[in-house]
Amino acid sequence: MTARSIAMTIDQVAVRFGGLVAISDMSFEVGEGEIVSLIGPNGAGKTTAFNVMTGFLTPSAGRVAYRNTALAGLKPHEIADLGLIRTFQRTSVFPNDTVYDNLLIGLHRQGRVRLLDAILSLPGARASERKLRQRAGELLEWVGLERRAHDAAGSLSYGEQRLVGVALALAAEPSMLLLDEPVSGMNASETHRFVELIRGIRDRGITILLVEHDMPMVMTVSDRIVVLNYGRIIAEGTPEVIRNDPAVIEAYLGHGAGRA
Amino acid sequence: MRAAVTILAVAALASVPLWLRDPYLLNALITTGIFVIGAMSLNLLLGFTGQLSLGHIAFFGIGAYVSALTSLGFDIGLPGGFRLVHTPWPPILGFVLAILIAGLCGYFVGLLSFRVRGAYFVIVTISFAEVVRLVALNWVELTQGPLALTNIPFIALPLPGLGELTLRTKMQNYYLVLVVALIAYLLIARLVHSHFGRSMRGLMENETLAVSVGIDVTRTLTIAAVISAAIAGAAGSLYAHYIRIIDPEVFAFINTVTMVIMVISGGKGSLAGPVVGGLIFGLLPVALRPVMAPEAQWIAYGGVLIAILFVLPRGIVPSLAQRLTRRRSGTTALAPVTLTETGAKEPA
Ligand SMILES: Nc1ncnc2c1ncn2[C@@H]1O[C@H](COP(=O)(O)OP(=O)(O)OP(=O)(O)O)[C@@H](O)[C@H]1O
Ligand SMILES: [Mg+2]
Repeated sequence: MTARSIAMTIDQVAVRFGGLVAISDMSFEVGEGEIVSLIGPNGAGKTTAFNVMTGFLTPSAGRVAYRNTALAGLKPHEIADLGLIRTFQRTSVFPNDTVYDNLLIGLHRQGRVRLLDAILSLPGARASERKLRQRAGELLEWVGLERRAHDAAGSLSYGEQRLVGVALALAAEPSMLLLDEPVSGMNASETHRFVELIRGIRDRGITILLVEHDMPMVMTVSDRIVVLNYGRIIAEGTPEVIRNDPAVIEAYLGHGAGRA
Repeated sequence: MRAAVTILAVAALASVPLWLRDPYLLNALITTGIFVIGAMSLNLLLGFTGQLSLGHIAFFGIGAYVSALTSLGFDIGLPGGFRLVHTPWPPILGFVLAILIAGLCGYFVGLLSFRVRGAYFVIVTISFAEVVRLVALNWVELTQGPLALTNIPFIALPLPGLGELTLRTKMQNYYLVLVVALIAYLLIARLVHSHFGRSMRGLMENETLAVSVGIDVTRTLTIAAVISAAIAGAAGSLYAHYIRIIDPEVFAFINTVTMVIMVISGGKGSLAGPVVGGLIFGLLPVALRPVMAPEAQWIAYGGVLIAILFVLPRGIVPSLAQRLTRRRSGTTALAPVTLTETGAKEPA
């Protein structure tokens, strides 16, 4: 990744919850257009790292910058406006709305029109609304949820809800996407399709940071892997390097190899 | 189908003064209509953002006082020996100012409370209403305190080239309230079906997810509060110019409770809910008056509310709509989904 320009810089970030050190002295970079995976045993601090990068949590120390903008003090919606969009580990949809309406809500960033224009239903507002609807339809097709468009998101299967979560994030027009365990709860064929989806996302130039326990998937899809254990980076490198790293094997065996 | 129901309902409401000659009933309908507007404004917050404004009557009362004082004029002493003298303006300007100033109050209340979520907004709104009531009670020079502002003029509509039309009769005031209610209804309908409305719904359903896609919570809720307060202010102004006397009791907590009951019984989060609930609870006193003392009526209201929510837990309109669609989808197959006509496979 020598020639790439840097999308995100995480610099000496630490997070403490009272006495518990969730992350200590974490530093790494993600290049533009890269797929980087952040892996580690349960409780290693992966979700906490995501929360720091997206403004849901203020780090006890260190700094995060996205495309040369320091994220300190920015609210989550302001960070989203920079094009840095995340998904959530626990399923997160707008449960009472249809899948289609979920995506329309997700398209918030593209749908800003003056309120008065919307109330008076001026041509500009109507054109914007048409564009949003078209875009929502395209996104549905992209993630393969057309058939579920008019079902309440909360009524979908777990795996489908994960897909809605990703589609929502895509609706927000990310330049970098943070995915927190996107395939957990998906069956094998859903996972396979999801890998294709991730590659498709990357091919559009969207940088991806992935947290995932599904090791075969991480190994196939990642350009680079960062391994976290007890809040500390213990290894970093290509899938080849990580696969053979004794410290990584040790960390995973120590936590029960079944999860890895 | 939906539009047909709306048009029929409006036509029915518009025909009322043509066949209803009883002034007592017409009066009840006018005041009910004014409270329905208040309930609609409350529903914008409670039903579409999930924020409970338990001091909502403050915006209504502020609208009433602003409009009354604008059209009556005042002469008050200010600190430093200055006097502020305002000569009476046409009531229609009072109506406009009522909307603006109530909206401004909504802005400040929102600014104060929406940084923190949860019960905070409820507490701020209750306190705000109480503070405003105390001001109205004690700033006697301006408000006459408990002696009330009296002889508030009727609203007069300027007719270009023809002078003015002063709305004195019950029939005229009925139509005035109906028109304002319709405008408020359409405004709220447009709002909740717009992109902004979707942001409100997203925030209510899953705030964390909503902010993660870039929705600004504070801004969205504050705008909703401003519009809600402005509509309540309009209702208050209508009230002042129709009843023509207002005192600080307009700020009583029980008036907010009435609006909340109207919204909950009719169905929060539904556009027609506050109208249906408002008509029921606005006209219930008329029905109960021959048989019950006013104090006992409150027990009856409670009973009716509980009965409604027992049979129709989500409120009248949403619960009935749900049953209707369920019955229909049971007999006819659902129409296939049609999305967009574009052939694009992936978003560009
Ligand atoms: N809000 C919080 N308050 C206190 N402790 C927390 C909080 N959030 C996370 N933790 C703790 O911080 C540590 C890291 O948690 P985190 O959720 O980041 O782990 P993770 O790597 O995402 O794990 P998993 O693979 O199970 O999702 C855990 O010990 C967790 O209990
Ligand atoms: Mg996690």
